[in-house]
Amino acid sequence: MSTQVHSAEHAHDEHPTGIKRWLFTTNHKEIGSLYLIFSLVMFLIGGAMAMIIRAELFQPGLQLVDPHFFNQMTTVHGLIMVFGAVMPAFTGLANWMIPMMIGAPDMALPRMNNWSFWILPFAFAILLASLFMEGGGPAFGWTFYAPLSTTYSNDNTALFVFAVHIMGISSIMGAINVIVTIVNLRAPGMTWMKLPLFVWTWLITAFLLIAVMPVLAGAVTMVLTDKYFGTSFFDAAGGGDPVMFQHIFWFFGHPEVYIMILPAFGIISTIVPTFSRKKLFGYSSMVYATSSIAFLSFIVWAHHMFTTGMPLAGELFFMYATMLISVPTGVKVFNWVATMWRGSISFEIPMMFSIAFIVLFTLGGFSGLMLAITPADFQYHDTYFVVAHFHYVLVTGAVFSIMAAVYYWLPKWTGHMYCITTAKWHFWMSMISVNILFFPMHFVGLAGMPRRIPDYALQFADFNAIISIGGFAFGLSQLIFVWCVYKCAKGGESVPDKVWDGAEGLEWEVPSPAPLHTFSTPPEVK
Amino acid sequence: MAFANSDYNMRKGVTDISHSVYELHMTIFLICCVIGLVVFSIMFWALIRHRKSKGAVAAQFHESTKVEIIWTAIPFIILILMAIPATKTLIAMEDTSKADITIKVTGSQWKWHYEYLGHDVDFFSVMSTPMSQINNEESKSETYLLDVDNRLVIPTHKKVRFLMTSDDVIHSWWVPDFAVKKDANPGFINEAWTNVNEEGIYRGQCAELCGKDHGFMPVVVEAISPEAFDTWLEEQKRAKEVAAQEAEALLSQTLSKAELMSEGESVYMAYCAACHQPTGMGLPGVFPGLVNNEVVKGDLSKHIDILLNGRPGTAMQAFAKQLSVKQIAAVITYKRNSWGNDTGEVVQPNQVQAFIDNNKEE
Repeated sequence: MSTQVHSAEHAHDEHPTGIKRWLFTTNHKEIGSLYLIFSLVMFLIGGAMAMIIRAELFQPGLQLVDPHFFNQMTTVHGLIMVFGAVMPAFTGLANWMIPMMIGAPDMALPRMNNWSFWILPFAFAILLASLFMEGGGPAFGWTFYAPLSTTYSNDNTALFVFAVHIMGISSIMGAINVIVTIVNLRAPGMTWMKLPLFVWTWLITAFLLIAVMPVLAGAVTMVLTDKYFGTSFFDAAGGGDPVMFQHIFWFFGHPEVYIMILPAFGIISTIVPTFSRKKLFGYSSMVYATSSIAFLSFIVWAHHMFTTGMPLAGELFFMYATMLISVPTGVKVFNWVATMWRGSISFEIPMMFSIAFIVLFTLGGFSGLMLAITPADFQYHDTYFVVAHFHYVLVTGAVFSIMAAVYYWLPKWTGHMYCITTAKWHFWMSMISVNILFFPMHFVGLAGMPRRIPDYALQFADFNAIISIGGFAFGLSQLIFVWCVYKCAKGGESVPDKVWDGAEGLEWEVPSPAPLHTFSTPPEVK
Repeated sequence: MAFANSDYNMRKGVTDISHSVYELHMTIFLICCVIGLVVFSIMFWALIRHRKSKGAVAAQFHESTKVEIIWTAIPFIILILMAIPATKTLIAMEDTSKADITIKVTGSQWKWHYEYLGHDVDFFSVMSTPMSQINNEESKSETYLLDVDNRLVIPTHKKVRFLMTSDDVIHSWWVPDFAVKKDANPGFINEAWTNVNEEGIYRGQCAELCGKDHGFMPVVVEAISPEAFDTWLEEQKRAKEVAAQEAEALLSQTLSKAELMSEGESVYMAYCAACHQPTGMGLPGVFPGLVNNEVVKGDLSKHIDILLNGRPGTAMQAFAKQLSVKQIAAVITYKRNSWGNDTGEVVQPNQVQAFIDNNKEE
């Protein structure tokens, strides 16, 4: 904190201590940390559920859990990872970094910021508690297709709907905060086309969130009234249509998957130039590509539903629109490669995660393109090929980018350099095990293994054993990450303000560790 | 192709459509491989040659409109080339006209019902893999989880049209060798078709999460020559007549309690145990238990009513068309005299028939 602080502000700065400090905080850095710690806890809980799934699937036959509990695990694993791990992690990064990147003193709406974080633990407490109710928690898949989630589920549906509403409110408030901050609190001279790409991608993500979270809220509300209040939105017997549920859900669901990857693009576009010591290639085309992807995400939703029985014209439209997404996505990958080309490259931990991201996310992109081809999708749909696809884009995509971001900015947050050896172990263990985990899923999927089954035919046994071993290794590797971050928070070698020699951006102009209040006076942007 | 019908690639299958889907899959896969190889070769070249530790000094360029237009346009052209065969195949797949035979496929938790429209032949198809194999008490057969009591029989070289629907949740009927996967939506009818070139037995599974036993809902199709198929269809019709006569004869008989109990146990394990559990305990909160259950220990006619007509708005199905009168009598007798339910009541087939007749008159 600087000496310029006035006495009135000084009184304002007096902090409650202990738990109250965290409960009442309106500081973007503290809330950012809360989000990140929360998402790490959720990542471990969701990961533990994945371990149960993989343990059951290690061998054919039922060994550990009954099919009903297995379905609860796949469902809650998905919900926790999407809404509890990936989304809050990005929001945490946005909280920490956006004000520092645009030279703002804090987020624009600090009290709402506090509120949007603190309702989250309650949402997930409700969701997780439903696992212990009579009949267990949600067992209808994270996509909660009606009528499985209405007529054919037990009362966990009510708790599930309530929890999703709270998560949605939290996301919307977070998104409003991001938009208002970026639009209003940019330092003088920080014009739109000077915004760091992480800020750009988050701005677009925030608009996606505001557009689709209400749609999700509508979907869960209709599920609730169908189950409890006699409506028939999704029940043909009362004039409704179960397929309409899927249209509404995926109208939310497809932009949602871009909500989970656009900030990742921003992170990679920040890290790759730093360690190539060269400006990002095609900055403006990156902005336009991100915007096109966001736009296209609204007109491709039915590619999740090719087998539901659509008219030929619908199938063709959604196939073509989906294929188009690979154009702007390709532009991004080419730009990253061009940034590295004739750079001066070094391989620090964030760079290693970023390179892994580029290769493995692109692999997920290729399987995505294959899935877009409707006739082939009839064969891939609802098999492990799809499971492989979305885990490549979400784990080696979104999650790897979050880890890259943490390794990139952690020294700025804590003022210490983490143990490079530990971080390298984490990287290589994760990198190897994640491919043992997800790559063979392509093969079992193509060979015909449906997803969401607790037991499988014998021809899938060998691959499933390998997948499970990869799963346990990947899960355990994340404990190295926890250890590495914990050690770094506790202490370590001090770092200079500009941690990485090739880094650019306002966040490197503030001291390390970043003090609680930065840019109380706006910096000047050249 | 050497990889066809392997355990790690898409199956080439046995229909013209499945062949073109397979070719499409391989073409796009190879295009992706080539693109990946080119892009990542360039990237790794940069990573190796342009390393700081090797003294590389960063260049200054950071945009080139020409290059950017080129790498936007090339993928676009590749996409158009991919879309042409995909569109052709899709149009062929969606042409359900001029079918030789139509079969209505109805999914329900967790079995399939097949009805040969216009031929008065219909039957249920339930997984026949025993629980002892699933629970690892005996060794698993080669067709573990992929075997049913009654296979769907279709003729080869005929266009077979399927009408898909469901009685409860959404299911999805999938046979990889035909490249047919279509959702069975409750209250709606979907169409699909196949024309099988080779005789054989083809196995698939339900592909849409449909509740607890989603993993235990196989699809098994036997394709036989058209002549053999006609014979089979005739046999089925005759068998149905014989069964009807037997059922008629049964109504005048009185069966022993032991006979009803043993028949009832096998019906229970095949049709009821998935939800109500072999122990009769159910899954609390999801499926009600039958031990000391008020319906099972209470009024007999209400018990018969629920078994025949189900409970609308719940997972309890109507069994009137799934089970014979004898099976219903037997399973009710079994439930009312098992797991400590000692009503001592014996229900005869003619009692069930009487209930059906009474309710028809109303």
